[in-house]
Amino acid sequence: MKNHVLRPLFAAMALVALILTARALMVPSDFGVHGKSFTYNFYRAGAVSDWKNFPVSYKGGGSCVECHDENAESLAASRHQIIQCENCHGPARNHPEDPETLTINRSRDLCLRCHADLPYPGSLRSELPAIDPGEHNPGEACVECHNPHNPNLEDME
Amino acid sequence: MKCSRRSFLKKGLGSAIAASLPLSSFKFLSPAEARAAVGDPAVRWGFLINTYKCTGCGFCVKACKKENKVPYDLPVTRTWVERYVVTRDGEAHIDSPAGGRDGYTDPKIEGKEIAAEEITKAFFVPKLCNQCQNPACVQVCPVGATFQTEDGVVLVDRTWCIGCGYCIMACPYGVRFFHPVYKVAEKCTFCYHRITKGMKSACVQACPFGARQIGDLKDPDDPVTRAILTQRVAVLKDEYGTKPQVFYIGLDENVR
Repeated sequence: MKNHVLRPLFAAMALVALILTARALMVPSDFGVHGKSFTYNFYRAGAVSDWKNFPVSYKGGGSCVECHDENAESLAASRHQIIQCENCHGPARNHPEDPETLTINRSRDLCLRCHADLPYPGSLRSELPAIDPGEHNPGEACVECHNPHNPNLEDME
Repeated sequence: MKCSRRSFLKKGLGSAIAASLPLSSFKFLSPAEARAAVGDPAVRWGFLINTYKCTGCGFCVKACKKENKVPYDLPVTRTWVERYVVTRDGEAHIDSPAGGRDGYTDPKIEGKEIAAEEITKAFFVPKLCNQCQNPACVQVCPVGATFQTEDGVVLVDRTWCIGCGYCIMACPYGVRFFHPVYKVAEKCTFCYHRITKGMKSACVQACPFGARQIGDLKDPDDPVTRAILTQRVAVLKDEYGTKPQVFYIGLDENVR
């Protein structure tokens, strides 16, 4: 056969070879079907361990008790025991090394998340002790009078 | 008719095997039945939300954004809390300012004052990725950057995503968004880095009222599985056939 007839064929074969080589170089070896379905389980296996190695910031109250047992005891006796330490004290991350101290959120807005009065029948919100933020000492920080670890009004100084 | 010894033995053996097969071996199995028959040991993560218990404090949204390093002040979030206030005229007033990140402290909804005596029912609905059994977002990914893990969580490979946004369009629940920093598709992972270490998801841990729970749906003794099996639960947009794995107690028709 004449050379000019075969030339496009060779060009096409070279192109296919180039694409296959590029694919072999660029696609990670752990890329493929890992599971039962091509539709849902076609991925790079390393991505799963990438997500597993994401750093944990919120360590949970259990890790706070190890050192701050006094605070944990007083909190455990109050109705605020259901609130996680880190909701107000911020994520522990690698405390006490990094950060050495946590920034406590003492703002009025933090308390109002639950205690601003909303008349919502059928929601647990309406059963929480609540104030009207516009009437109840507006602008004052709640922690000036209320102890967040023991919010009982009778124990309030 | 000619019947050689060889063909007689062949046919005889074949019909003996066919006759010994029970009728049940010709039954079509659903994928779930087939999986159960094979004996898959992996867990299947599922979520249970009790809307009666949600107070709209928004600690879950705050914890999620900080735990997963989602830009705090940008209008993107992996989970959010919606407020529904239904008034006597049957109208539903719905809002979710900043995804409920700072809680709900104002009775006004989008600037509208609603009198307490006009409200017939009002409640909060937390939303997050449904980690569907048939995730539409994964089907449409052209490069295999998003996928379902063996324990049923849908993840995005940040090194592989090209940011085309097909999955963001495909999700019927609108839980996906474009990550402003990594420039890839972003979504709730059920805190995969926490649940695989035996911890609870950040939003579950932050919830003071137990409105959010995560559990293994393959373990019949798991409190979440038991609640889903024994209580009246519903899922969002069941008609899409995506088989969402986030179950709601006390879902209302106004919630979409």
